[in-house]
Amino acid sequence: MNVQSAFFYLFSAILLFAAFRVITARNPVHAALYLVLAFFQASGIWMLLRAEFLSISLVLVYIGAVMVLFLFVVMMLDINLDLLRQGFWNHFPLAATLGAVVALELAAVVMTGFRVYTPQPVPTDLSNTHALGIVLYTEYLYPVQIAAVILLVALIAAIALTLRERKDSKAQNPADQVRVRAQDRVSLVKMDPVKPTPAPEAAPEEKQP
Amino acid sequence: MISLGHYLTLGAILFALSIVGIFLNRKNLIVLLMAIELMLLAVNMNFVAFSHYLGDMQGQIFVFFILTVAAAESAIGLAILVLLFRNRASINVDELNSLKG
Repeated sequence: MNVQSAFFYLFSAILLFAAFRVITARNPVHAALYLVLAFFQASGIWMLLRAEFLSISLVLVYIGAVMVLFLFVVMMLDINLDLLRQGFWNHFPLAATLGAVVALELAAVVMTGFRVYTPQPVPTDLSNTHALGIVLYTEYLYPVQIAAVILLVALIAAIALTLRERKDSKAQNPADQVRVRAQDRVSLVKMDPVKPTPAPEAAPEEKQP
Repeated sequence: MISLGHYLTLGAILFALSIVGIFLNRKNLIVLLMAIELMLLAVNMNFVAFSHYLGDMQGQIFVFFILTVAAAESAIGLAILVLLFRNRASINVDELNSLKG
């Protein structure tokens, strides 16, 4: 067993443990933190597979942005945990059986069908990032642009969904401000500079009943 | 030695774990989203493993796009979640029955 195998088993063990804790953790904050741990282990495994660019971008982009967004939302919401955990273990036997069947069948197929031990060399002597960039920006230029549009749509959709107008906010409307005219705001009233004081009326005498 | 089958088995176990997670956390929308992330990670693992063992860069390109779409999906999913929590003060999936579908 060489060093690479040892690292593979180490990363896989921690990855599977973290994934198990993600789906069973009581507190959603713990689940999100275990998901971060799982992504770190996956990044290590991708490093073993010599996909350096994806491994680093998984850490920087995915953990740095998406998982922090998850944590932010989980901490923002005030969730009643007891209601959500009701009957959590009721379906566990069925779920575990189903998962074991799926895992065993898939493992049986892939362990017998893909006994490839020696990786084919990539037919370039460039680094992983360099080769990826060349393929991405020549052959896949159009999909890259579509991906950019998808991200833009997601950005606008997320803002449009969560934006809400407050009724008591004092926002300025620049169009209204530009369109305003002086006579709408100030009205000049013509009046005499001095007004004659009116003669004091005789105070009405109070009648005694 | 580690063969391609080992990496694919790891992806399969991860996929099965996230299926179990979706089964168990039927009520908690946040953990459902996290299980979907795990599922996408399992698929990405398979893509990277195939890309390495078959000597083909296209698999890593695909992972790149899957990561993009997954980021967009989780952003919109969390936005819907926040909106839902604002309107109903709960993220219980059982209470999402206004459409009576």
